[in-house]
Amino acid sequence: MRGVRHYPGFGAVTAGCLVLLYAPLVVIAVYSFNGSASITQWGGFSWRWYVDVFTGPESGRFGQAAWNSITIALLAATAATVIALSAALAMVRAGSFRGRSATFALVNLPLMVPEIITAVATLIFFTAIGLRTGYLTILIAHITFCIPFAYLPIAARMQGIEGVYEQAARDLYATRWQAFRLILLPLVMPGVVSGYLLAFIISLDDFIITNFVKGAGMETLPTAIFGSVKQGIKPNIMAISTMLLAVSAIFVTLSYFINRVGQRARG
Amino acid sequence: MRLLTTTAAAIVALAGAAQAEGKLSVYHWFEYIPQELVDKFTAETGIEVTIDTYDSNEAMLASLKAGKMGQYDVAVPGDYMVQIMAGEGLLDTFAPAEIANFGNIAPQWLDVPFDPGRQSSIPYQWGSTSFSVNRDVYPGDIGSLAIIFDPPAELSGKINVLDSQGEVLALGSIYLGIPQCSQDRAQLKALNDMLLAAKTHWASFGSDTAKDVLVSGDAAAGMIYNGFSSKARAEGANVEYAYPKEGFVVWMDNVVLLKDAPNRDNAIKFMNFLLDPQNAAAVTNYAAYTAGVTGVEPFLDEAIRTSPENNPPADAPAGSFIAVCDEETQKLYDAIWTNLKK
Amino acid sequence: MAGGAASGGTQGREYRAVALPLLLPAWLVIGIFMVLPVLLMGVYSFLTKEFRGGVIWDFTLAAYDQFFVYRGLFGDEPPTLEWTYITIFWRSIWQAGLATALCLAVGFPTAWFIATRPVRTRTMWLFLITVPYWVNLLIRTVSLKFLIRDNGPLNEGLMALGLIDGPLPLVNTNLAVQLGLFYSYLPFMVLPIYAAVERYDFALSEAAADLYAGRWTTLREIVLPAVRPGIVAGAILVFVPSLGAFLAPDLLGGAKTYMIGSLIDEQFRGSQGNWPFGAAAAMILMTLVLIALILYARAQGRGRPA
Repeated sequence: MRGVRHYPGFGAVTAGCLVLLYAPLVVIAVYSFNGSASITQWGGFSWRWYVDVFTGPESGRFGQAAWNSITIALLAATAATVIALSAALAMVRAGSFRGRSATFALVNLPLMVPEIITAVATLIFFTAIGLRTGYLTILIAHITFCIPFAYLPIAARMQGIEGVYEQAARDLYATRWQAFRLILLPLVMPGVVSGYLLAFIISLDDFIITNFVKGAGMETLPTAIFGSVKQGIKPNIMAISTMLLAVSAIFVTLSYFINRVGQRARG
Repeated sequence: MRLLTTTAAAIVALAGAAQAEGKLSVYHWFEYIPQELVDKFTAETGIEVTIDTYDSNEAMLASLKAGKMGQYDVAVPGDYMVQIMAGEGLLDTFAPAEIANFGNIAPQWLDVPFDPGRQSSIPYQWGSTSFSVNRDVYPGDIGSLAIIFDPPAELSGKINVLDSQGEVLALGSIYLGIPQCSQDRAQLKALNDMLLAAKTHWASFGSDTAKDVLVSGDAAAGMIYNGFSSKARAEGANVEYAYPKEGFVVWMDNVVLLKDAPNRDNAIKFMNFLLDPQNAAAVTNYAAYTAGVTGVEPFLDEAIRTSPENNPPADAPAGSFIAVCDEETQKLYDAIWTNLKK
Repeated sequence: MAGGAASGGTQGREYRAVALPLLLPAWLVIGIFMVLPVLLMGVYSFLTKEFRGGVIWDFTLAAYDQFFVYRGLFGDEPPTLEWTYITIFWRSIWQAGLATALCLAVGFPTAWFIATRPVRTRTMWLFLITVPYWVNLLIRTVSLKFLIRDNGPLNEGLMALGLIDGPLPLVNTNLAVQLGLFYSYLPFMVLPIYAAVERYDFALSEAAADLYAGRWTTLREIVLPAVRPGIVAGAILVFVPSLGAFLAPDLLGGAKTYMIGSLIDEQFRGSQGNWPFGAAAAMILMTLVLIALILYARAQGRGRPA
């Protein structure tokens, strides 16, 4: 069994991948404890930048920005995933229908439009329809550009699932909804998780579009830190990043244990 | 007496803070105002300040024109951009009498070409743009713009230039001794050819990164703003800022009153606040440029007051503002820039 | 192994009845908040530029003329084809293609490895791949630059080990740009492929092995076709955003030449302030991508293996 699953070198590539992904973060984490303000000089171990994040003059701004960023990313990724899952069901499961190619292009449109075009055009559009820029406009823009990131992994997964399973359920008098929820959804779940994660990180990362469609005084983390990062990362930004990583590490651990408990419960 | 006034001020401040006097919405550059100063303004007036940031004059203009007019009270455009914004009808005007500290504006910054008579703007900070050289790498003479445009072998391939059309083309023109808004074909051709030749010596284009590349050693010389260069020096880079003999670029950032400002009165209070020498000095101490306000000297940090970047040598030539060309001429300069980066 | 799209039959009829309500949310959201703004930009590309940003409502082909026709620096030479922007487009397409190939070469083995871990640890592996992306791209890129610069840890480490005599020049090279793009988009390749591989029926590989097919033959002939939807999804998610990317390439590559993204950005946020031209360049880019995607969707719709 192990034979056909195992390809020599694949583990090594994965390990290399993780090293590359995490190496820059190690730099950030280490320098967040730097006593000096410069990235080029090590000034001894210090908690001062963490203290600064919570008590410094900009602490309120950073806190609010982090809250906005994370709530917008969660909401946008959830909405985009639901919309994408529903679209993927029709696209993959309904066979070929008129407008299928056009719908495929439409769903992927947000991917194709250069960010600055989306940014300027969306702001002009929001202004034209009298929508006041703020939290809601950021959320709408994020949901929109997150859809293809959620859609593509879900659709890719769904294409690998034969229709026979649901058909069997339907033959056993399951309703369409039951067949979807009890049969198809669990099968398509890895695609949903992948799509959700991609939508989440793409929302969390966005600067250009957010910077245009946000209202005065509304900040997300990228808009709050962008300037100081471009000029060379400040240590307090490194401290914020390290704390974000710590939060996400907690999520990872939780997901591991929840899965384990889930597995045990299922026997 | 002094104690009495400070106490009075503190009481006024407390009273002010207690009852929110309203809001002020500022559109500002990244990293250009100390948060402490904003807090001080709020403490003195009770006005809540929100600050949004931008990273270029043009980005600010684009977002205002795309629909953000009416959201902000004041913005901080550079000199040529004040003129453009006024031309677009984006600025409101005020009477000098409205701003008690108006008289603090340094005389040479009162009647400026980009806002004659200061009807819509007050000085924020001003400075110069030329270049800095890492003296460990190149100890020779750095008194000419040739360091950037026709560099010695030691610096070739280690130069960063600003990723900004206006500044690169203006400095290039100054180096060649041609006017900034030339329509003369021979001159423009010469500028185009000179830049293409110079580019072979350049390692990178970057504006926000101009300081970082000098500090990290990625670049040994680079076009840079004077205050940025003094920050690079403060971070331990052995860099020297040059005042080249051909000339250099001077710029001034200005606080402007935007049209349709939702809190016009508070905007006027904010402008008045920034013209107070002590507050203007606080910005200077933070940004390392120079205030356009008289009487700031007593409040300046010693290092800033005496920094070589802010005090050109006596024999330095005069700097020049970036000129605002007419549309037909600007087209030619746009073409040269695109040609340089294609 | 026909893809789900072609699994048709009863299944197709089953969902066709509800296809409209299922598609409606996506149509509405994208239709209103993406198509309308993009149409507006399409109109802008045919308008007269307002000096220093903005548009004047006079219809003209000036923006497209600027893109395709060259009349010399002073605009009075006989018109010839303008290569400037075509070159910029070609450069970006080439870079994005390379980045996609690199992501695939590394992303497929990684996705495979994750999909063959015990079920309860797979989600954790996905998190491990995406957690670095909680930190802003800009911060990660600046930090990556710190690592690979001439006097950075990578070069100093290699020199200390005696592997190289002088620092490898990485910063401000095309290699650094590739690394930056690869680093920016890797999970967008790994996750869709994972979603497809996780579904792969390993009995097929065993059957192939029983018929004396080699490991790599099996991979090429059996596995890759089976997980192709995942690979295509990943390729789209890496290639298309890479086309317009400019932040990482500029920081790591030195911004000496325009990419599509920085060219368009310059028209709105830079001093050229030429909105119609920026809009026109974006329309041309989108037309190219759209044609490619519709061709792909057509091929898929005709029931070929997806």
